[in-house]
Amino acid sequence: MTAVLAVVEQRDGSLRKISHEVVTAAHRLGGTVEAVVCAAGPVAGADHLGKFGADKIVTLTNAAFARYDPEACAQALAERTKTGAYAAVLFAATATGKDLAPRVAAKLGVALATDVTEVGVESGAVVVTRPVYAGKALLKVRLAGKPAVLSLRPNVFTPVERPKPGAGEMAAVSVPPGRVTVREIKAAEAGALDVAEAQIVISGGRGLKEPANFRVLEELAQAFGGRAAVGASRAVVDAGWRPHADQVGQTGKTVSPTLYIAVGISGAIQHLAGMRTSKVIVAINKDKDAPIFKVADYGVVGDLFEIVPRLAAEIKKLHG
Amino acid sequence: MKIAVCLKRVPDSETRVKIAADGKRLDDAGVKFVLNPYDEFAVEEALQRKEKAGTGEVVAVSLGPAAARETIRTALAMGADRGVLLQSDAIPADGLETAKAIAAELKDGGWDLILFGKMAIDDYNHQVGPMVAELLGLPCVTAVAHLDLEAGRGVAEREIEGGIEVVEFPLPAVLTTDKGLNEPRYPALKGIMAAKKKPLDVKPAQLGPGGIEILALTPPPARKEGKIVGEGPDAIPALVRLLREEAKVL
Repeated sequence: MTAVLAVVEQRDGSLRKISHEVVTAAHRLGGTVEAVVCAAGPVAGADHLGKFGADKIVTLTNAAFARYDPEACAQALAERTKTGAYAAVLFAATATGKDLAPRVAAKLGVALATDVTEVGVESGAVVVTRPVYAGKALLKVRLAGKPAVLSLRPNVFTPVERPKPGAGEMAAVSVPPGRVTVREIKAAEAGALDVAEAQIVISGGRGLKEPANFRVLEELAQAFGGRAAVGASRAVVDAGWRPHADQVGQTGKTVSPTLYIAVGISGAIQHLAGMRTSKVIVAINKDKDAPIFKVADYGVVGDLFEIVPRLAAEIKKLHG
Repeated sequence: MKIAVCLKRVPDSETRVKIAADGKRLDDAGVKFVLNPYDEFAVEEALQRKEKAGTGEVVAVSLGPAAARETIRTALAMGADRGVLLQSDAIPADGLETAKAIAAELKDGGWDLILFGKMAIDDYNHQVGPMVAELLGLPCVTAVAHLDLEAGRGVAEREIEGGIEVVEFPLPAVLTTDKGLNEPRYPALKGIMAAKKKPLDVKPAQLGPGGIEILALTPPPARKEGKIVGEGPDAIPALVRLLREEAKVL
């Protein structure tokens, strides 16, 4: 590979952590890695990207970039891409990346592979693997486009530090503000982690019996000290117990945390699809024949209302 | 309100995936196909907008094999006025090719809104909607979970990590719909009967070769056999020890 463009993200002038994963994946393709971020001014944390393999860190500045401006960002990134012989342009498959990557690919007239979990180069072409049918199969494809445009599933490309200083560069870009504008961002509850980005996900299903009982899972999440998010099965989201943002499964989010704890979830095929790429799966269920135990690395059979608080207490001891 | 709703025929989410003999695609023998669940929100939204405006047309457009007529009929049974099938035995692996064919069909159609589901539950591409917007030069908001339209402008809410983005845009626009936007209606018997008489235009899809070559479709690696650590809260110390020492995740 000659050069790879890693499109990274900021919010409110701070680099988003997912950016480390994008740069790590870009480095895996070989060649020089140029990290690029759209922002209104300097981005806190951008200078650290060198540690993860960025040879160059470019901040494209424009007043329109204070909040996400999809049209202006897409135009600035497409123009930047055309200035060099980039073999690939990488995005994170986040809410922003999923929105932005197709726009940039369409502007460049090249194919886009989304939600990629493996990247490589074979005979000079970018080859990627991506889960399809919600993880029930893996599709390996070769991209003919120059550049190949990819979006990467969060939590898959574990950031690797490489002591290598990347040179920073600020470039003001003149693009007109877009027609689609973000008026405000309503923040979720303070400290709430997104299930797709959390290192630990604790999901609850019908076994919780009623919405208020999710408190048990929230207490376990707190015991992990801010690294855990609480997810939910489709059944309880459809019942209105939990918001759709928390749903894990084929019609919700696909997650790949380090640790996934399924509580009171039987393990319908459409739920398994959303979490089977988790590194370690723990299942807690009263039915020893529940399908969830077939994909779980570790299972505990019994009453979740006795088991989960005990687990929370043990985790607290570790962190205390 | 003149609204186009773009649909995809996909395997039902309960489908057990069997890989075809060529090792590159799904063996669809015995597979139940449905209207993509995210597209149901798009159909429902289109119908509600037309009903609210009191006038207009909802056109269901799909790219797919002859059997996708049934998918379009589902939308017609829900209440869409007519359908267009861009027929192709295979749906391109490159979403940009699908987008080009749909954009060519919708160009100069005088649409107020063009709606898509935010993604298809088979290929997870989540790209055709915004690509069509780009090709037609229209503003686009993806993954819309709440929508207000008034006097040629719209305000949409979309979920982002750790929050909700409130987005303003002018009409006409391309929107992709997320769960939570509405509760899709079930087609009533009357609607199902009426759908049989509604116009459904079938024409060949104009597709280029695209920039994605499928190398292989494989089952995901099997997870190694797990173990039941024990029963009840007394199993917890052993579980925590395994998570620390064996799995090394704590």
